[in-house]
Amino acid sequence: MTVLVFVEPDDELSLQAVTLARSLDGEVHGLSIGPAQAPVDVLHVAEIEGTYAPAASAAALVQLIEQLAPTAVVAPGSDRGNEVLAHAAARLDLPMAANVTDVRGDDVTRQRWGGTLLEEARVHAELKLLSAAPFAFPVGSASAPGRVETFVPDLTGADTAVRVVETVGASTGGVALADAKVVVSGGRGVGSSEGFAILEELAALLEGAVGCSRVVTSAGWRPHTDQVGQTGTKVSPDLYIACGISGATQHIAGCKGAKKLLAINDDPEATIFSHADYAVIGNLHEIVPAITAELRKARGG
Amino acid sequence: MRILVAVKRVPITGGKMVLSEDAQSIQTRHLGFTISPHEECGVEEAVRIVEAQGGEVVVITLGPAEAEDQLRECMALGADRAIHLVSDEEWDAQATASALLDAIRSEEPFDLIVFGNESADAGNYQVGIRIAYALGLPVVTGLKGLTVADGRARCEQEVAGGRDVYDVPLPAVVTVKEGLNLPRYPSVPAKLRANRKPVDARPVERAAPKLEKLRLVVPEGQGKQAEILGHGPDAAPAVVEVMQKLGVA
Ligand SMILES: Cc1cc2nc3c(=O)[nH]c(=O)nc-3n(C[C@H](O)[C@H](O)[C@H](O)COP(=O)(O)OP(=O)(O)OC[C@H]3O[C@@H](n4cnc5c(N)ncnc54)[C@H](O)[C@@H]3O)c2cc1C
Ligand SMILES: Cc1cc2nc3c(=O)[nH]c(=O)nc-3n(C[C@H](O)[C@H](O)[C@H](O)COP(=O)(O)OP(=O)(O)OC[C@H]3O[C@@H](n4cnc5c(N)ncnc54)[C@H](O)[C@@H]3O)c2cc1C
Repeated sequence: MTVLVFVEPDDELSLQAVTLARSLDGEVHGLSIGPAQAPVDVLHVAEIEGTYAPAASAAALVQLIEQLAPTAVVAPGSDRGNEVLAHAAARLDLPMAANVTDVRGDDVTRQRWGGTLLEEARVHAELKLLSAAPFAFPVGSASAPGRVETFVPDLTGADTAVRVVETVGASTGGVALADAKVVVSGGRGVGSSEGFAILEELAALLEGAVGCSRVVTSAGWRPHTDQVGQTGTKVSPDLYIACGISGATQHIAGCKGAKKLLAINDDPEATIFSHADYAVIGNLHEIVPAITAELRKARGG
Repeated sequence: MRILVAVKRVPITGGKMVLSEDAQSIQTRHLGFTISPHEECGVEEAVRIVEAQGGEVVVITLGPAEAEDQLRECMALGADRAIHLVSDEEWDAQATASALLDAIRSEEPFDLIVFGNESADAGNYQVGIRIAYALGLPVVTGLKGLTVADGRARCEQEVAGGRDVYDVPLPAVVTVKEGLNLPRYPSVPAKLRANRKPVDARPVERAAPKLEKLRLVVPEGQGKQAEILGHGPDAAPAVVEVMQKLGVA
């Protein structure tokens, strides 16, 4: 029996997908487009000229599936992993389960609502197409593949018709939200775009980034690039400070990866407190500047 | 330009997921409903393109009778008419795609077909891609930027450290993400107009699901007991102490 896993170079989510593949029965084969490091038994490296073309990656995956006849194909739960797997699912007319956290025979557990709800589902197909939910699987030692083989897929013009033609730089300065060690995040309670000045000041002092809730982006107080949540950015800082955020599940979907969560809210009953490690109850407009001042004092400034 | 946007009715779950007794669905008795923010941006983008270039925006949904509310909301944003595939049953992504496909084929061809990158609830990342393959059209996913001109679509995707750009000929399928634009708030006259716009309701029969939902489960980890550091600004020293302990101060 064989399990096939789609891996991308230098990608932690791909290594997590390998962990899921390893938990299934069989020899683990990998497919990468271009060279990659992955602890699989055999890595098939496909040579596809030029920039990323989703359908070409999928064509390679489908051809390798035909060659190896695996019982399951696993992809990382990244945008690209889900994209390539969905292309393959469409080509093969097979069901696909996205963001899987567990597999038991024909049954899988998968994430809904950005991971705030789980679904147990049965896959009615001989070949199971699964993407691994991000950060649901540990990463083993990044050992090299047992064997590397070159794989030359047979591509048509249609496979390469849609491809990246250009990459333009992002305009975001400062610490990127997704990688920040501290995120100071504000919700409706901040009250206005100007109200974010005190959050900016604290974030700058902590060399962190400012985040926000969807109410804030919908009101136009902050750009959508600052939004944390199911339809925004998913963050995993050491400390997430939620100021004037109620704790809707779609917001929690974006910050549940934080190591610690400090909530500042004037409503002692706010849901956010049931997701928080630390709580301060009261008006954020008084509390946030007080924290900034105290931090300066502690640093002897 | 003729543009189709596919939207799906989902509950606004608020602070806590509460399941029905049989664990088959979320208890929605006290909840409002909406469409995914991704899809709302899809409707807004389609309306902007047609406002600038002329044409028609059609919205389509597969869902229960009540999903007409969401179609009306899309028409209040500026969509011209709606197709409602009416079913109370549970559909998997493959069956959803094939029902939408039948409806799409029954219409004059569209220049652009717009989906959310993933639905708000099930989030299977695939309906749009399946439909693109069935129609033999190019597909680009997860757009945060879209420019339609001269029979082509310039599509921008956010990636680590920048934006990947694709350039595809129309007709095409795209899936979009929130952040593509800032949707308008519909005006009262727009809402009134939406009530008079046509909704073409069609009954549909479901095929057996190949990805069959067995039950829903609320994950552990909700209901933490937070350590209260204090009330008001007096809590500041305790907060800084925590920051020092965590090594972020
Ligand atoms: C499909 C879908 C996707 C979504 N995606 C996202 C997403 O990606 N990100 C996201 O954030 N939301 C998302 N939402 C919206 C989400 O459901 C909530 O509506 C939103 O998160 C609420 O934002 P909020 O907490 O800022 O506002 P509210 O819920 O209004 O909460 C404001 C809080 O501020 C407190 N407060 C007010 N004044 C003060 C003060 N002076 N000091 C201290 N506290 C104060 C209040 O007690 C309250 O708890 C999504 C919704 C849906 C349906
Ligand atoms: C009570 C209940 C039970 C369900 N049980 C199951 C089940 O057992 N197994 C299962 O797989 N699915 C089930 N579904 C259906 C599921 O929620 C999805 O509608 C379906 O699987 C489509 O997949 P997706 O939403 O993950 O699509 P995605 O591929 O994530 O959706 C991408 C985009 O496709 C479009 N789209 C998706 N659904 C629709 C729609 N209905 N109408 C119009 N456009 C749409 C939207 O533009 C959306 O943004 C159930 C739904 C309900 C309400």
